[in-house]
Amino acid sequence: MSDETQRFLDRLAEHRAARLESQGQEPTWIAARRQAGAARFEAMGFPTRRDEAWKYTDVRAIARGDFALAADADFSPASAAALTLPIDAFRLTFVDGVFSAALSQLDGLPAGVSLVPLSAALAENHEAVGGPLGRLTGVEFSPFSALNTAFMEEGAVLRLAPGTVVEKPIILQFLSRAGEAPVMSHPRILVEAGGRSQATLIEHHVGEEGAANFTNLVEEVILERNALLTHYKLQEAPLADLHVASIHVEQARDSRYTSFNLNLGGALVRTDLISDLNGENATCDFYGLFYGQDRQHVDSHTLANHNAPHTFSNENYKGILDDRAHGVFNGKVVVKRDSQKIEGFQSNANLLLSDRAEIDAKPELEIYADDVKCSHGTTTGQLDEEAIYTLRSRGIDRQTARGLLTLAFAGEVLEEVDVDAVAERVELAVAGKLPERFNLAGLVEAAVALGDE
Amino acid sequence: MASEEMEQLVRRDYKEGFVTDIESDTLPPGLDEDTIAFISKKKGEPEWMLEWRLKAYRAWLKMTPPSWAHLDYPPIDYQAISYFSAPKRPEDRPQSLDEVDPKLLETYEKLGIPLHERAALAGVAVDAVFDSVSVATTFKEKLAEAGVIFCSISEAVKEYPELVKQYLGSVVPQTDNYFAALNSAVFTDGSFVFVPKGVTCPMELSTYFRINAENTGQFERTLIVCEEGAQVSYLEGCTAPMRDENQLHAAVVELVALDDAYIKYSTVQNWYPGDEDGKGGIYNFVTKRGDCRGDRSRISWTQVETGSAITWKYPSCVLRGRESKGEFYSVAVTNGRQQADTGTKMIHIGEGTRSTIVSKGISAGRSNQSYRGLVKIGPRAKGARNFTQCDSLLIGDKCGAHTFPYQEIGNSTATVEHEATTSKIGEDQLFYCQSRGISEEDAVSMIVNGFCKDVFQELPMEFAVEAEALLSVTLEGSVG
Repeated sequence: MSDETQRFLDRLAEHRAARLESQGQEPTWIAARRQAGAARFEAMGFPTRRDEAWKYTDVRAIARGDFALAADADFSPASAAALTLPIDAFRLTFVDGVFSAALSQLDGLPAGVSLVPLSAALAENHEAVGGPLGRLTGVEFSPFSALNTAFMEEGAVLRLAPGTVVEKPIILQFLSRAGEAPVMSHPRILVEAGGRSQATLIEHHVGEEGAANFTNLVEEVILERNALLTHYKLQEAPLADLHVASIHVEQARDSRYTSFNLNLGGALVRTDLISDLNGENATCDFYGLFYGQDRQHVDSHTLANHNAPHTFSNENYKGILDDRAHGVFNGKVVVKRDSQKIEGFQSNANLLLSDRAEIDAKPELEIYADDVKCSHGTTTGQLDEEAIYTLRSRGIDRQTARGLLTLAFAGEVLEEVDVDAVAERVELAVAGKLPERFNLAGLVEAAVALGDE
Repeated sequence: MASEEMEQLVRRDYKEGFVTDIESDTLPPGLDEDTIAFISKKKGEPEWMLEWRLKAYRAWLKMTPPSWAHLDYPPIDYQAISYFSAPKRPEDRPQSLDEVDPKLLETYEKLGIPLHERAALAGVAVDAVFDSVSVATTFKEKLAEAGVIFCSISEAVKEYPELVKQYLGSVVPQTDNYFAALNSAVFTDGSFVFVPKGVTCPMELSTYFRINAENTGQFERTLIVCEEGAQVSYLEGCTAPMRDENQLHAAVVELVALDDAYIKYSTVQNWYPGDEDGKGGIYNFVTKRGDCRGDRSRISWTQVETGSAITWKYPSCVLRGRESKGEFYSVAVTNGRQQADTGTKMIHIGEGTRSTIVSKGISAGRSNQSYRGLVKIGPRAKGARNFTQCDSLLIGDKCGAHTFPYQEIGNSTATVEHEATTSKIGEDQLFYCQSRGISEEDAVSMIVNGFCKDVFQELPMEFAVEAEALLSVTLEGSVG
């Protein structure tokens, strides 16, 4: 075993010893899973680029790091407010993985909705959590899911009773602090959406400039019959943050899961998004947008498992990469034997703004049934010269035209976003990130002014 | 479609299955340094060639077989394979067709390849490979007149050692991969083509491979070099007799194109795919790579793959020269329990390089087929361009079709497009044809041929005819 793996295991041992002293024994099933996670992590170690799933992503920045665990959730309310999305919503806030009751907002939570921190759910009735937790994302999934299981103690549990329709969005906010030493957190999110329930979940990762923390998230989402869930993952973590997330969704018949994976921040970002379409007429839509600058590394892996006939998946990912940023897109559609009459569509388009940026794309199809319609398309290139010409013929200079078209490129994903605050925030962020030569500063200010009116 | 017809198709006997009884000078199974020394001696090779082989062998010993492909087969016992088999009388090789063993000619007759007729009618020079030694080479004089060298690789080692030394292993190094290393150690024959500066080869060159003696692996090594402004079109086609033991085939093909040169390499592969339980077919592990070394050079791979129990094959282009061009056109048909993992690699290094990939896969029966491709655009490949189209057609609900395209793009001025679709034969298309009085079977044949048209039109005429016939036979009665 490498020293790197050992360092994380040592941290775990220290932390558990301290917890045992302050909180006493935990339920045996949790201890057993924790042990299984640690054992699995110990056996696998951190992935290397020799592992096919990590071929383009080097996680040494994480493996070589020395991360403590945050002890408190102190965060200045003023700066928290500045970072919080301006949306009327129910909100759970975590600071470096630690729950902050002060920064959360649960007033007026409708009947049929249960939104609690994982620690509280475990304290209340740990047996009710024990069943679903870890069922979709086990310790075998990846070394990171094993590590998460070994450390799990905080996160969010959202339960929607059958037929519940939540009008206001639900925000899970993760704040990253710029401290003296980097910290790590292993949040765990569990969503159980009962039959015919509807909700919008916004997962927001943001933090203080200068933070360089490691977040290792595992999310399990269970959609019962006819449940509808729209899930925004707005990741605008500080630019030195390390972010790994595994999202696993299970869908019963007639359910619909819509994912927006919006990646703007972080130094090293890896997301695994998996949906198991287990019942007829289950549909998943994956939308993604990533913008990389400097030496950012953004890796998105998606997988749609068509386990039942008459299931549908649709995917559209867009990437913009500047400077020496490195983007990875790996989208996979698997159609099981006898899953007939399915449709799976996948599209990925990337724009490279710099000669030192790199994109590695791998759209995969694995099909074992014949009556299917599946396709994927991937393009990487530059902006359409004819479109630039059209704008120039209207008196817009070349660079501004390029800037506008780049914004429009991102806009194809953002126009699917129903929550205006999210769409605007991302659009402004993209405009702000565009190279200065694109002359968009004035336009962005005008847009902000318009937004303020 | 009627399931009986499907059954019929799956049970279709291998048309080209028969064994010619020719006494072989065969080495007992097993592989060590002595085996390699024996092969080298038997071939009358110089010392440096033996050293070259041993270097590959020693590297091979330290390597492990690749496991990443979407293939499932039992481990191969490399000690159970005989590494040398030559038809009798190697010292006394026939100089013309008249001198060729009549049994051999008979074999070609059964295959429907009347060698002399075909050579005369189609203007094709045939370097016929029976087992591992070239036994007949025709039209040599005519080629010599043009300055083109076309001979077996063993002959080339003896006659043109400088050329072989310069180019052999320069595209596919001895240690490139497990199977290439094995081939480098034990290759027994293959073709060597050298087209000098400014010469357009006066005819299409062709080699028919045929695996014959039982228990022998076939390790072909082909090297084609086109100097500045030279052009050649090379045809490779193969069939094999029916038998029960798995036969390993690990060939290496190297192409080198200098400035403005053009190499077109076409393959029709119809080796024995195994019986309905997948027993006995050929294992085909091939390394094919072309090096567009010169500016404006062009290499084009066209393949029609219908045979073999297992196909592991990725004809590739390294686009080094400025504005060089790589092409890959492929039709792969799998049926029964065949497994194919095939595709291409386009490595763009030079400025303004272009590549086109068109891959059509048809899976039927219980077969599994994967397209695996890599398009890599290096940081210096300004304005590089790639277009990839890979479509899969599924016939029957027990087969699988998979696509694993890799794209690694490191230049902002590059344009890379990839499109892939998977579907079955459209019921509306079938209905339309049938409503015009076309039988279901003919309709399927038409639709499938239309599906493959983009690739077939890249094939040289004679091959295109053969390929279409092959496709119809393979998919006889298999209406979706």
